[in-house]
Amino acid sequence: MPDNEKGLSRRGFLKTTGIAAGALVGGGLIGGLVGYNTKDNKQISNVMTSGEQHGVASSRARMFFTNDKDFMILSAATERIFPKDDLGPGAIELDVPYFIDHQLAGNYGNNSKEYMQGPFKAGQSTQGYQSRLTRAEIFQQGIAKIESESQSRFKKGFSDLENNQMDEILTAFQKDEVPMTAVSSAFFFKLLRQATLEGAYADPLYGGNNNMDGWRMKNFPGHQGSYAQVIDKEAFQKIEPKSLSSMQNMQH
Amino acid sequence: MAKTLEKVDVVTVGVGWTGGIIAAECAKAGLKVIGLERGKERSTADFAQVHDEFRYAIRYELMQDLSKETITFRNNRKQEALPMRQMGSFLLGENLGGAGTHWNGHTWRFLPYDFEIKSITDKKYGKNKLSDDYLLQDWGITYDELEPYYDKFEKMAGISGDGKNPFQGKRSDKYPTPAMKKTPILQKFEKATTDLGYSPFMLPSANISEPYKNPDGEQINACQYCGFCERFGCEYGAKTSPEITVVPTARKTGNYEIRFHANVVEILKEGNKVAGVKYVDRVSGEEFIQPAEVVVLTSYVMNNARLLMVSKIGEQYDPTTGRGTLGKNYCYQVLPGATGFFDEQMNVFMGAGALGMSIDDWNGDNFDHSDVDFIHGASISMTQPGVRPIQMNPVPPDTPTWGSDFKKASIHNYTRTLNVGGQGATMPYKENYMSLDSVYKDAYGVPLLQLTYNFTEQDRALHTYLTKKSEEIIKKMGAKTVVPGSPLTDYDIVPYQTTHNTGGTIMGTNPENSVVNTYLQHWDAENLFAVGAGNFAHNGGYNPNGTVGALAYRCAEGIIKYSKNGGSLV
Repeated sequence: MPDNEKGLSRRGFLKTTGIAAGALVGGGLIGGLVGYNTKDNKQISNVMTSGEQHGVASSRARMFFTNDKDFMILSAATERIFPKDDLGPGAIELDVPYFIDHQLAGNYGNNSKEYMQGPFKAGQSTQGYQSRLTRAEIFQQGIAKIESESQSRFKKGFSDLENNQMDEILTAFQKDEVPMTAVSSAFFFKLLRQATLEGAYADPLYGGNNNMDGWRMKNFPGHQGSYAQVIDKEAFQKIEPKSLSSMQNMQH
Repeated sequence: MAKTLEKVDVVTVGVGWTGGIIAAECAKAGLKVIGLERGKERSTADFAQVHDEFRYAIRYELMQDLSKETITFRNNRKQEALPMRQMGSFLLGENLGGAGTHWNGHTWRFLPYDFEIKSITDKKYGKNKLSDDYLLQDWGITYDELEPYYDKFEKMAGISGDGKNPFQGKRSDKYPTPAMKKTPILQKFEKATTDLGYSPFMLPSANISEPYKNPDGEQINACQYCGFCERFGCEYGAKTSPEITVVPTARKTGNYEIRFHANVVEILKEGNKVAGVKYVDRVSGEEFIQPAEVVVLTSYVMNNARLLMVSKIGEQYDPTTGRGTLGKNYCYQVLPGATGFFDEQMNVFMGAGALGMSIDDWNGDNFDHSDVDFIHGASISMTQPGVRPIQMNPVPPDTPTWGSDFKKASIHNYTRTLNVGGQGATMPYKENYMSLDSVYKDAYGVPLLQLTYNFTEQDRALHTYLTKKSEEIIKKMGAKTVVPGSPLTDYDIVPYQTTHNTGGTIMGTNPENSVVNTYLQHWDAENLFAVGAGNFAHNGGYNPNGTVGALAYRCAEGIIKYSKNGGSLV
């Protein structure tokens, strides 16, 4: 049975994320795999154990995506936007796809705090977002378009593509070359890019920035009570980051 | 059928800085005051977990719920105005404290020049310095007349400053608290600007340097430099805001009540006066009429103008004929500046909203404009507000915006990038104005405010000139790569720029040139006041709130006087 009929090509997935199979036990990737319909359940359970050792709140509930394949496409796309490299983890290890999933299920995805009354008209670019679609609807359509674009260009699913092929497709979205309905592909790409960065750098409480590794890479110390005693210092202060979850733990 | 409530002395529409100041002063003077706030109660206790960039700075936790109300926008009269569906260019506030809760705390006095800009420009550069399309006018009040109210606001708020700006107007007293810490980043700016022959000084700040008890007995705490100010509330009570100062002051008198979830939809007229306001309770959906001896519009610039428009009080400005004053002289700001990429890592994540140093050498008429094709200028500052990782992903030119190279460059430069930036004054222009939208409505069926706005030639000239000055400074500071801000194109409502919207309910000396007099009393209804940055006849080169606070204190004095004697205050 071809891998992708089972909803996921594990080999292809690992390849696209740039992570060698040997890195699996290390603890990071891990989150990115839990929830995928992988064939190797034993490896996954190892991985979950090691994931729990981080001690920072992390939620891997899936609240928006029902289909593993869609979630895989989202994951692979975010990883291309924010890839793992020698500085540290990429979007998948940081749990960015879960973060985006949660956001799409809530106020962000439903545009709850935004003016969504008609009439809807295209307008000028200086007038901003004028789509009748919510962000959740835009992501749903956008992910389907990424997949169909992949099939038509390479006769393969997006998550099975080589990195440069994925980049070619994402670039086409960025340059507004892919027709979408009631929204532009450039706008979808902008949302996807921004959501990826949010997932990499938001407090881990929101399900991304796993283990605060996004903050660690960037030397951002997260939530600190006060810098009044150190702000005078000339030397760069390397400070171990703290999540707001540290305050919540204190309350228990 | 709306239920009519018991009459009060004063009702304010909105409870932020202006509503809070009016309430505190009037309630202390014995007047019964009601504040109608469309949002909810909010206090320092709500900010215990505010160190959360995502929730507050990205998802706008403290900002207006646009699903209920927004504005519509177009660049010019030929375009069709469409709703601002998402927050972008400016961030409107909501809930107790309004934008005064999530402000940064930069607290300036406008220059003496600002208040007499028309007279000074005509006298010094002739009547044709700018074309007639720029609706420049004096404010009807001088700096010296407003000075006591600036002083009052600064003392209430405990403002920290060094008073070393050589261009500032005459002060009756020093700043109530000493300047904030001059950090290594600010020292770089100080040295560079001094070497260039300028006069740097500490930016006047409402994130205050030491614990302070204000004249009303309210305690403001010392800033912790935690780096979460703008778009956040302060969990230390160290960023002066209405809910830790004027609101408790008003409540202590026993003469003040705030009614929450009360969304005002109309000002009720009665002959040559107003009778009160109509509001909708956002929770129950019921309508109420709140009669009052005095009605004060203390919401944001946009809503003050909109309420007058929907209530048909005053004459709408018409750009074709030039008639009417309501909605006229809407101004914004332009932001000349330059980014510098440095070799060394700096503690950019530490800071406070108003922690900064500035120069005023290129602001106002502090330099000769004979050889340039614009007037006014900008304060130029280096601030250290504490930059955060989602918002701050600086990359040098020609770096891709995503992928491996982007990740490397944005992470490397996050702690190595500084900005020198100016707040460029904008001059009123005949095509930039506010009116009522004819298509889109808010959640209560009230037409939205329509904004017609674009940058002008004056803006472009000022921006280009001041960008060069900013570039020179950051180069002098030792930046290895310097990227000047791009020249202005059309005003775009999408990217955040500044929440310094002004005009629309401007003040002046007579009903022909203004909506309100210099006590912010409406020319067409003597018991109606409208106060805020909407009163500015043009926008200066600073943050507006110091001047907004001063005008609110003057307005309060006017209301108290009016309550005793009635009639016009001028």
